[in-house]
Formats: sequence, C-alpha cells, structure tokens
Amino acid sequence: MNIIACVRQTPDTETVIKINGAANGIELDGVKLVLGPYDEYALEAAAQIKEKSGGEVTAVTVGGEKAAETLRHCLAVGADKAVHINDSGADDALAIATALANQIKKLPHDLVFVSNKGTDSDRGAVGPMLGELLGLPYVGLVTEIEVEGGSATVSRDVEGGAKEKFKVTLPAVICAQKGVRGEPRYASLPAIMKAKKKPIETVSPEGDLASLRKVQVEKLEYPPARPPGRMVPGESAADKAKELVRLLRSEAKVI
Amino acid sequence: MSVATMSQNAGVCFNLSDDHKMVRDMVRKLATEEIAPRAAEYDRSREFPWDNIKKMAELGLMGVMVPEQFGGAAMDTLAYVLIIEEISKACAATGVITAVQNSLGSYPILAFGTDEQKKKWLPLLASGQKIAAYALTEPGSGSDAAGMKTTCVLDGDHWVINGQKNWITNSTAAELFVVYALKDPATKHKSTSCFLIEKGTPGFTIGKHEETMGVRASGTCPLTFDNVRIPKENLLGEENKGFNIAMATLDCGRIGIAAQAVGIAQAALENAIKYSKERAQFGKAISEFQLVQEMLVNMATQIEAARLMVWQAACKRDAGEKFGKEASMAKWFASEVAVKAALDSIQVHGGYGYSKEYPVERLLRDAKITQIYEGTSEVQKLVIARHLLSEG
Amino acid sequence: MSKVILVFGQVRNSEPTRPTLECLSLAAGLGGDVHCILLGTGAKAAAAAAGHQGASQVWANEDASFDKWDLAAVANTVDAAVKSTGAALVLVPATTHGKELAGKLAARHSAALASEVIGVSADGDGFKAVRPVYSGKVRATVKLSGSPVFATVRPNVLDVAAADSSKTATVNDLAAGQGDSRIQLVSVETKGDTGAVDLSEARVVVAGGRGLKGPENFHLIDGLATAFNGAVGASRMVVDAGWKEHRYQVGQTGKVVTPELYVAVGISGAIQHLVGMQNSGCIVAINNNPEAPIFKVADYGVVADLFEFVPKLAEELKA
Ligand SMILES: Cc1cc2nc3c(=O)[nH]c(=O)nc-3n(C[C@H](O)[C@H](O)[C@H](O)COP(=O)(O)OP(=O)(O)OC[C@H]3O[C@@H](n4cnc5c(N)ncnc54)[C@H](O)[C@@H]3O)c2cc1C
Ligand SMILES: Cc1cc2nc3c(=O)[nH]c(=O)nc-3n(C[C@H](O)[C@H](O)[C@H](O)COP(=O)(O)OP(=O)(O)OC[C@H]3O[C@@H](n4cnc5c(N)ncnc54)[C@H](O)[C@@H]3O)c2cc1C
Ligand SMILES: Cc1cc2nc3c(=O)[nH]c(=O)nc-3n(C[C@H](O)[C@H](O)[C@H](O)COP(=O)(O)OP(=O)(O)OC[C@H]3O[C@@H](n4cnc5c(N)ncnc54)[C@H](O)[C@@H]3O)c2cc1C
Repeated sequence: MNIIACVRQTPDTETVIKINGAANGIELDGVKLVLGPYDEYALEAAAQIKEKSGGEVTAVTVGGEKAAETLRHCLAVGADKAVHINDSGADDALAIATALANQIKKLPHDLVFVSNKGTDSDRGAVGPMLGELLGLPYVGLVTEIEVEGGSATVSRDVEGGAKEKFKVTLPAVICAQKGVRGEPRYASLPAIMKAKKKPIETVSPEGDLASLRKVQVEKLEYPPARPPGRMVPGESAADKAKELVRLLRSEAKVI
Repeated sequence: MSVATMSQNAGVCFNLSDDHKMVRDMVRKLATEEIAPRAAEYDRSREFPWDNIKKMAELGLMGVMVPEQFGGAAMDTLAYVLIIEEISKACAATGVITAVQNSLGSYPILAFGTDEQKKKWLPLLASGQKIAAYALTEPGSGSDAAGMKTTCVLDGDHWVINGQKNWITNSTAAELFVVYALKDPATKHKSTSCFLIEKGTPGFTIGKHEETMGVRASGTCPLTFDNVRIPKENLLGEENKGFNIAMATLDCGRIGIAAQAVGIAQAALENAIKYSKERAQFGKAISEFQLVQEMLVNMATQIEAARLMVWQAACKRDAGEKFGKEASMAKWFASEVAVKAALDSIQVHGGYGYSKEYPVERLLRDAKITQIYEGTSEVQKLVIARHLLSEG
Repeated sequence: MSKVILVFGQVRNSEPTRPTLECLSLAAGLGGDVHCILLGTGAKAAAAAAGHQGASQVWANEDASFDKWDLAAVANTVDAAVKSTGAALVLVPATTHGKELAGKLAARHSAALASEVIGVSADGDGFKAVRPVYSGKVRATVKLSGSPVFATVRPNVLDVAAADSSKTATVNDLAAGQGDSRIQLVSVETKGDTGAVDLSEARVVVAGGRGLKGPENFHLIDGLATAFNGAVGASRMVVDAGWKEHRYQVGQTGKVVTPELYVAVGISGAIQHLVGMQNSGCIVAINNNPEAPIFKVADYGVVADLFEFVPKLAEELKA
C-alpha cells in the first residue's frame, strides 16, 4: 500500500496573530509554525494503515524553505520519506492542489490523505480539488476508515446528525477528520533519531502556479469588537424569554 | 545528534538544533497534555506515577543517553536537560524519577559496568521495564557522603552488605539499586565500592514511604541491608573505586537537577503571568502594577540565566570537556532561582497562591528539594570553591 | 448587473435548507440574475420558496437517486448548469457536501474558489469576498478573478431576507449527470441522541450556581441544557456543596470552556468563575440581582427570578 499524506505548515493555534503593516498578511516574526494539527490526524491514519497492510507513507508538502521542518516531524511520526515541493508563492488552494497533483502523479499512490484544514486559511478545498485533478474518487471529513484489498470503507458525519458510509475503490483521495484513527502519536526519541536518516526530496513545482492564483488577498482586518452587553427587555419572564430567544436566533445567531 | 553546542561553534551559539527543538516540542506536548493534568493528584496521593513513566518509556525518555545497542535513544546531555526541564515543569516528581533513572541509574552502569552488566541492565532500564534507584545517603552521612557506615565484606564468591541508607528516590518502584558501601569506615572513600543490588535479595528491605514536603510521588524510602549476600559479579566498577563512581555520577546528575529547577521556575513564572493578567484589583489587571511587573521581570531574567548555565554545563559535557564546576554552578544557581520564583509566584497570586487549589504552592514545595538533593547549595559552593582554588 | 449567479441549493423535506436561503438572499442582494439548482425528492416543491427568495430560474431534477450523496453525479449535473447558464458566480452552502462539490468544480474550471465566506460583493466585472481566517482571529477580503468564480458560504452567518411571495421562479428540468462507480454510498444512518455532551467540547454550556438554592433544583439546568442541546456546567459553590461533581466545575480551578453560547444561571460572576468562561462566543446571564458582576461580561443579561424564567425559556426554545 503506497500512501501519500499531504501536509502543511501552519501557525500554532495558540499563536497571537498580528496583521502586518501593509494589511495583506500576518507578521511572521515570532510565529511558531507547526505541522497542521489536522494533518497530524491524517498522518496517524496513514501510519496505522501502513503498519497493518505494509507499504510506505510519503509525506508531501508545498511551501517555502521552512516547510522542510514540518517534513522532518512527519518522518518521526510515521512517514517513511518526504517530498518538499519548494514554492513560496501565495497560499492558494488551487495552486497547492495543482502542485500536489502533478507531483503525486509521479509517485505510486493507492491512498492519498489530505487534512480537514489548516489553522490559517480554514478552507478544506485542497482535498476535493486534488481528487478532481488526479481523476480519483474523493470523500471528505472522514471519521472512520478501514482498508481491505483494493478498497476502503469510510464513514463521515454530515449536517443534521446523519452518518454516511461509503465503499471506495482505491486509489482514492481521503480527507481525514480529527481523530479518524485516534490521537496522533508523539515522536519518540528513537523515531526522531531515525527520521534523520530518512530522505527528504526537494523539487520545484510543476505547472504554471502563478496563473492559478486567482484568489488575491486585498486586505486583512480584525473582526469587529463584540458589541457591549445589554439587558433583555420585557414585562414578564415570558416576554423576556421570548425576546432572548429571538436575539439568540437572529442577532447572535448561536441557536 | 548534530548539536549546535557552544564549543562546536566558532562563537557562542544559543540556538538549539532542529533535532533538539523537535525533542523539546514533543516532550512539551506530552508534558502539557498528559503529565501536568495529573500532577496535583500525584502530589496528593503520593502514588508512583506509573502511567507517566510507562508513556515516557515508550517514547524513549527512560534511556535518553543510553547507546542504541543497549536499547537507548543515544542522544546527548543537551537533549536530556531539555527533557528534564519540560517534564519537571509539569510534574517535578516525575522529573526527578526520570532524572534518577537516566543519570543516577543508567549512567554509572554505562560508564563503569562490565559488558555483561551493560547488556543485562541497560536495555531493562532504557525501556522502563525496570526502575533504578541510587543509594548513597545514610542517616549519619548526607553532605559528607564518605562518612558512610554501610559495610561490604567479601566472603568467597559473595559480597556481604550490612547497613542502612535513607532518602532513596524511586524506592517504592525500583528493582535495581546502585548501592555504595565500604570495607572500613576508618578508611572512608578509599575503601568504598559500588554494588548492584536487586530488590528481593534476602536481607534487603525497603522501608516506609517517607512523607516529604515536595516531589511527593517520587517514592523516597529508607533501605536496610542485613547480611545481604550478592554475587561477586554485582560489583560495579573497580573495588575501592566506588567513591569516584559516586562523584562522577553526581556531576552528571546535578545538571539534571539544575534542569529540574529551571522547569519548576518556568512553571512558576508562566502561572504568575497568566494569573496577573486575569486578576483585577483597583480597577485594573494586577499585571499593570509595576511592583507586580518587577516580580515577573526578576523571575524571567533569572530563569533565563539559569537555563543558559544548564545548557552550558550540558554542552561542555557533550563536547568531552570538564564540566564539574559548571554543573555545580548551574545546580546552585538554578535551585535558588526556583525557590525564589515559586515564592514570587505565590506572592503574585495573593491569597489564592496560598491555597492548595492553585498549583503554585506545590511548586514551592517541589522547588525546595532542588537546593538539597544531589548536594545541598552549600555543598555546591564547596565544590565550586575547590575548582576555583585548584584552577588558579 | 445582469450576470447569472448560480446557487447550489440543498433540499430537506421539500424545502430549501436554511443555508440555501442564505445563499439566495446573498445572491439577490448582489443584483444579478439568480438561478438555483435543486436536486432530489421535493426539488420542484422547494422551487417556490427559492423563487420567493429571489431566484428567477430554478434548475431541478427530482430523481430520488440525488437523495443519496454521489459527488461525481452532482458535480456533473451542476457543471452542466454552470456551463449552460454562463454563471459568473456560483454560490454553494459550506456544508460537508457543498464544500466538496465547490472544490471539485473549481478545480475542473481552474477557477477561483473562496471558502467559507461571510460576505460577497460585486467588484467591477468580478467579485470580492470576505472570509474568516486564522481560526476567526482575522478577516480577509479577497478578490476573485476569472469567470466563473466559486464561493462556499458559511452557514448561519448571513441573514435571510423576508420571502416575497409575489416573486416566482421558472422551473426548468436539469438532466442528471453521470456518477462514479468507484465510490458507493453503502448506508446513511441517522444517529440517535448521542447522550450527554462533553463540557469542554460543547457548542452550548448551561451552568448553574448557588442561586439554584439546592440540588433538588438542578434539574432546571439539566432541562435547559437539553433544550439548547448543550452541556451542563456549575460554579464552585455548587460543586463544593456537593450538588454536582468536580468535573462540572467551570473556572480557574475547574474547566476552561469556550463554547459558542454560555448561559450562566444564578451565578454571581466571581473572577475565578469568569476566567473559565469569558472567552465564550456569546454569554447570557440570568440573575435576580441587577448588580451581579456576571452582567459585566454578558452579551445578554436577564434580570429575573431563575425559578420563573428558566422554565419559560426552555418552553420558548422548544416552540
Ligand atoms: C526527597 C529526597 C530525595 C532524596 N533522594 C536521594 C537519593 O535518591 N539517593 C541518595 O543517595 N540520597 C538522596 N537524598 C538525600 C540527599 O542527597 C541528602 O539529603 C543531601 O545530600 C543532604 O544530606 P543531609 O540531609 O544528611 O543533610 P546534612 O548533610 O546533614 O546537611 C545539613 C545542613 O548542613 C549543611 N552542611 C553540611 N556540611 C556542610 C559543610 N561542610 N559546610 C557548610 N554547610 C554544610 C548542609 O548544606 C545543610 O544545610 C534525598 C533526599 C530527599 C529529601
Ligand atoms: C490563609 C488566609 C487567611 C486569611 N484570613 C483572612 C481573614 O481572616 N479576613 C479577611 O478579611 N481576609 C483574610 N484573608 C485574605 C487576605 O487578606 C488576602 O488574601 C490579601 O489581602 C490579598 O488579597 P488577594 O488574595 O485578593 O490578592 P490580590 O489583592 O489580588 O493581590 C495579588 C497580588 O497583586 C499585588 N497587588 C495588588 N494591588 C496592587 C497594587 N496596587 N500595586 C502593586 N501590587 C498590587 C498584591 O500585592 C499581590 O502580590 C486570608 C487569606 C489567606 C490566604
Ligand atoms: C482557591 C479558589 C478557587 C476557586 N475556583 C473557582 C472555580 O474554578 N470556579 C468557580 O465557579 N468558582 C471558583 N471559586 C469560587 C468563587 O470565588 C466564587 O465563590 C463562586 O464562583 C461563587 O459561586 P456562585 O456564583 O454559584 O455563588 P454566589 O456567589 O453565591 O452567587 C449566587 C448568585 O445567584 C443569584 N441568585 C440567587 N437567587 C437567585 C434567583 N432566585 N434567581 C436568579 N439568581 C439568583 C445571586 O444574585 C448571586 O449572584 C474559587 C475560590 C477560591 C478561593
């Protein structure tokens, strides 16, 4: 089983995000970059499936020089080798999916994992794009996966409390949801030592990525501050209850 | 492991290598997610934190510097101190257990043991299958370790050990004890030897779990040896050279305790910063008061200095240089910083810091022991003075 | 602007879903010619509501096979409509299904896709969108170039305009596209009530304090939590008094929670409690003392006797 895990470096969730002076990006100075927390779940699933069925896990990332650090980490938590597609262009789903697809086409692949989202752009778009570009079936937000022979059985939760179960012929692209195969493992000391001997291949992206970057960030701003609190008016308890429910529904939009 | 040590660089370099960062990040995550949440409970119950130790053993943290051939992770002292700092920041008891296992248990076997001893014991210790303890202190000899009374007599193929040790960390869990004894109290360190004694050996009893102020879950007990017969092969290192083993082991061990102190101090600082931003008095967060800021600033600056001293001692050891003076300096300084930081952190917390419901009072209790074990602060000063006066 | 804006609508019980209505309202507000795709059982019945919401054309296919999700078939069906309508903008609800559809089609068209947007505006010939990034800590305004462009719209953020029943849509048949035999939907289970929601992960937390007077009254909190489909929390006073176990305690020495909605009932708002919940999305405080410090952090304060108010609120939620 040849498994590809597409991973990405993202700011640590605890990091304080500061918008840069030009308001078109964030201050990267002092921002701790880590392997995307959702990617860790995907990688864990890949590692477990490999451990059961044999084969190899290749971690692939698109990013600038620093992205290689992320791959080192992947090699310590289950990946056997890694490919760094060196590209420091703007973070754009279509460009990333294209660069990944062009690389993955050259690698043996039975199962391609992508993760739900990064902590930065929150978009979850790379997975379905990758499925389309590779011409492979795609299932998003998978919470359970079993691989048997040439197919995978996957389940996922959809809105309204339903759970869908699919049988997918491999190769396929799967987007792993948090916890798909339990909590990601820690990098053990021996694994960290072994990771140093595993190969990271650095390649240039293929394809005209610049022309694919059709989503340009014009400006970044902080969300508006929370409006000051207020008292819910009403004569009786019943009036207040009615008004509160209305406010929660149509103003705060939390129910 | 490729280390950006100070000695290997042309100048002084304070950057950790990527590998060291990876180790620290992993241990920090483990410590925050799995160890810290249970620290208060272990402090209360005094149970040996087996679940922490098992999890850490799986990750190779019980044999950090043990070579690969003996089942260890073959990492360096710098990696070791990063690990001890992070673990101790979450739970100082787990920190000292780990330190004893790595530096007081495995190190003397690795440095002075025979091939058979290494093959037999190091894989068991590095994998955490067996816990080790280190028994030097006695009721009548602490700082003056050479004043010990426990005796060893060779009787045919066996050594016969008689005497008592106390304050021995890990005793409630350990199966291997590194024990010092001498032939004749009058000849002191000149007749001291070191032995490997297994739990269950007839005549060897482990006493009651001491009720200590801090590091309460680290299983400290007294030991008694009543005509304990152990095979000759259990002598560690050369006969009569035991005191050298004890001192060499403590040199390395002290770097670990210094790292433990830095970890406790860091926890005190982080708690103080967080609380000071949350707590409001006189209409503002108390972090806005300069007198409170001063406490934070003192803590942070001293911790930084202590940490660099620990790193320096570790890097010197990794570079094969003499590091005894630096280890003692780091241990003395870091343990003083830890106690002061814990006190200041309680102060920043006001009455809440004095409550058992907040973690900072535990930090003070834990910090205090770092000034005592593996050589009191006074003893560290004696060691530093000896170095200074013999060097110059 | 008379460009076509195509909305991919989702149908439930012969009605467009709420996220679909939000997309339609957004599209209508942009001033284009709004078309809406509705697939599966009840699609044509749902077309009327889409019309009231501003769609001029509905592209429908009532084939029941669309009730079971088949990404390839839906994508091929929608793609045909994208092409035939010459849509300039395609809006899709950012649901599990919607997001994979939009990603797939955007890749097929090599087109711009803005995910999880909370606003779209016309910008000369093209469009701009606003989307939360960095876990909501920042908002980005992005410019989408080319045509068509795609956007998935984050549910429950945008308003739905009042339906105008004088407006109707022409209903057209849309041919079903080809599916992909490599992927088969084996089953769809509707999960029953998953039981008590975990405090730290709950979307809604309802917490009770000493104002409840005794453990025998805590059922009011349980009932309200059920009505909100949320988890139960408590102040330390309640835990110390033994009304609830420690795992329910919110605060400095309990759990720190950040649900979307936190409802504090009969809790005074001591700093030790506030630290554990003040980063919640929306805070509601219910207390009979208008001076209670909890009101300082509340988005909505209700001064009332909880014994009277809480049952009314639970009733109102069920209505
Ligand atoms: C929790 C805990 C765990 C321990 N774990 C271990 C262990 O695993 N293995 C082990 O062997 N031991 C262990 N110890 C023992 C520890 O190392 C000793 O307590 C320590 O070395 C001090 O010895 P002492 O307690 O006998 O104090 P003493 O040596 O009696 O010292 C009392 C005081 O006198 C001062 N003092 C002594 N001599 C001098 C001098 N020459 N000049 C100036 N001041 C001096 C000391 O600094 C101290 O302030 C542990 C102790 C504790 C409390
Ligand atoms: C065991 C115990 C017994 C007690 N007994 C009693 C009792 O019998 N009766 C009673 O009424 N109270 C009692 N208290 C409460 C005690 O008096 C308070 O804890 C104390 O006044 C500090 O208040 P605080 O804990 O709220 O800390 P805070 O006032 O929140 O102070 C926190 C930190 O901020 C500092 N700080 C605050 N304001 C400023 C400022 N403007 N400038 C610089 N620094 C500032 C403080 O010095 C402290 O370091 C008791 C407390 C304890 C722990
Ligand atoms: C070391 C330490 C740690 C602590 N940690 C925590 C912690 O983690 N979490 C925590 O919550 N607290 C904590 N506290 C306790 C905290 O200081 C407060 O004492 C506690 O939060 C108060 O709980 P309460 O709001 O339920 O009770 P109270 O303060 O007694 O408030 C009850 C409220 O109910 C209102 N009320 C009464 N009757 C009615 C009615 N019929 N209808 C409507 N409202 C009514 C009252 O107006 C009042 O505001 C800690 C304290 C210490 C010392």
